[in-house]
Amino acid sequence: MHASPNTHSLERRRALHSLLGVSPALLAIGLFLLVPILIVIGYSLMEANPYGGVNKVLSSDAYTSLLFERQLDDSLAFTDSYLVIALRSIGIAGLTTLITLLIGFPVAVWLAMQPVHRRGLLIFLITVPFWANLLIRTYAWILLLRNTGVINNSLLGLGLIDQPLQLLYTDGAVLLGLVYTYAPFVVLPIYATLEKMDTRLLEAAQDLYAGRLRTLRKVVLPIARPGIIAGAILTFVPCLGAMIAPELLGGGTRMMLGNLIFRQFSDARNWPFGAALSLVLMAAVMLVLTLYALRAQRQRIAREGA
Amino acid sequence: MMLRLFKRNSLGVQDFPGFGGFSFLFYLYLYAPIVVLVVFSFNANQSATVWSGFSLDWYRAAFANQALRQAAGNSLLIAVCASSIATAIATLAALGTSRGATFKGLQLSMGAIMLPLVLPEIVVGVATLALFSTIGLSLGYGNLIIAHTVFCIPFAYLPIRARLNDMDLSLEQAAADLYAGPWRTFRKVTLPLLMPGIFSGLMLAFIVSLDNFVISMMVSQAGTTTLPIFIFGLLRMGVTPDVNAVSTLILGVSVLFVSLSYLLGKKKT
Repeated sequence: MHASPNTHSLERRRALHSLLGVSPALLAIGLFLLVPILIVIGYSLMEANPYGGVNKVLSSDAYTSLLFERQLDDSLAFTDSYLVIALRSIGIAGLTTLITLLIGFPVAVWLAMQPVHRRGLLIFLITVPFWANLLIRTYAWILLLRNTGVINNSLLGLGLIDQPLQLLYTDGAVLLGLVYTYAPFVVLPIYATLEKMDTRLLEAAQDLYAGRLRTLRKVVLPIARPGIIAGAILTFVPCLGAMIAPELLGGGTRMMLGNLIFRQFSDARNWPFGAALSLVLMAAVMLVLTLYALRAQRQRIAREGA
Repeated sequence: MMLRLFKRNSLGVQDFPGFGGFSFLFYLYLYAPIVVLVVFSFNANQSATVWSGFSLDWYRAAFANQALRQAAGNSLLIAVCASSIATAIATLAALGTSRGATFKGLQLSMGAIMLPLVLPEIVVGVATLALFSTIGLSLGYGNLIIAHTVFCIPFAYLPIRARLNDMDLSLEQAAADLYAGPWRTFRKVTLPLLMPGIFSGLMLAFIVSLDNFVISMMVSQAGTTTLPIFIFGLLRMGVTPDVNAVSTLILGVSVLFVSLSYLLGKKKT
């Protein structure tokens, strides 16, 4: 195993080519995403300009106003209004994740049990809505949910209710819209883990008198676990920063972090506060992703060790 | 016909009773709102949700709307530019990460390329706005094209890399054995084989750009209203049937492109 100087330089040249290939992408992302994030950090430490933008004066106002409100006498009083929105975002994202998992798991199992030639089309049908415009898909729910919408009209027509139900502009509507958006994100990774499952495992389980529920719990669920975790992350992370569903289906009153951030750059014109909130959101997302990456790495090491 | 897909003939080890019916309901849940939207776009009535007969009036109204046409034109222009640039960048990046030798920071580079996909859209929007406002960049369409190019890169990169990883290396080796230089091998063997992946990536990037709302909303200035921003404005004023018509047209374009991308991706290597 002795590399001649010739292959060595060839290797070096190929590495250089790789680096050259990747560099435009890195340049674009560095210049237009990483540098801007540094600017956002800078903005979060400056004073708000009431006409939008920032005054170049150092200030920690953006961070103190996350939890405190400045009183008339310039003292600070604790306020939980933003904390409530943050906690609501975490709660709604968590609940959405739970519901999408409960819905996505049986669908993924069913898909994995279909004959191979059918699967392609069925999977494709699950991905199509994902590529359709999110704004429009969410808007479509308004047509179903509003007081004169399809659901209320049908129920009224059937004589099941006398008054239209308030379905739109509720937390339930926001949840419904988010579950709708992210359910494919859960089905696909779970399906991917089950796709190549050896069905003889199911036979073995049932030969050993395991019922179907027990087979699901003891055989299918452990195999699907990496997919379940990946699906949960793929749902939870974007849900935390969701903006369209709370805006359209929550009617703007059921705010989540995404809406609060957006508002700082539109009506409220408090860029530093918006910048600080963005960083909080980004930190939360990074925390979840880091935990996931660490877990994956630990498992890889455990597998290689075994 | 459709129902038969979800039915089982006899209970085998692979059948979990109820899962088929549940999956059928799931597909219904996925498509019901879309179907309602499409149906009501052909409604004769003023009301967006009470059916009263077939009509193409709302499509006529949509096509006649000057501001709408302008917004659609802006969206197309931005999507064409951003997706082409992003696909060119992503193709080079995919070749660099899958074909070249490994180099220090390869893993990190791949992570960086995925970053626009991982970060919440609103954060990407805020960051881009902060950059443009700091350096005072105000190119109109240019600003939006730059912003869109960045988040299109991972969408173009993924299918191209997937195609590269699936490709049979022996063909490239055969070319090299037959004394084709690296450039000739690339042009005559790698690139033609990679083409479906590149098209697939281009189309996905195109749709993602066409559909983007959050980042466009943060970055756009007067005169560069995109279609989703325009629709959002209409929605704020209330639900009207012409929104249904416009939405149906956009859905049609997206479905067309996704289907093309799917068919190209399926093409055998």
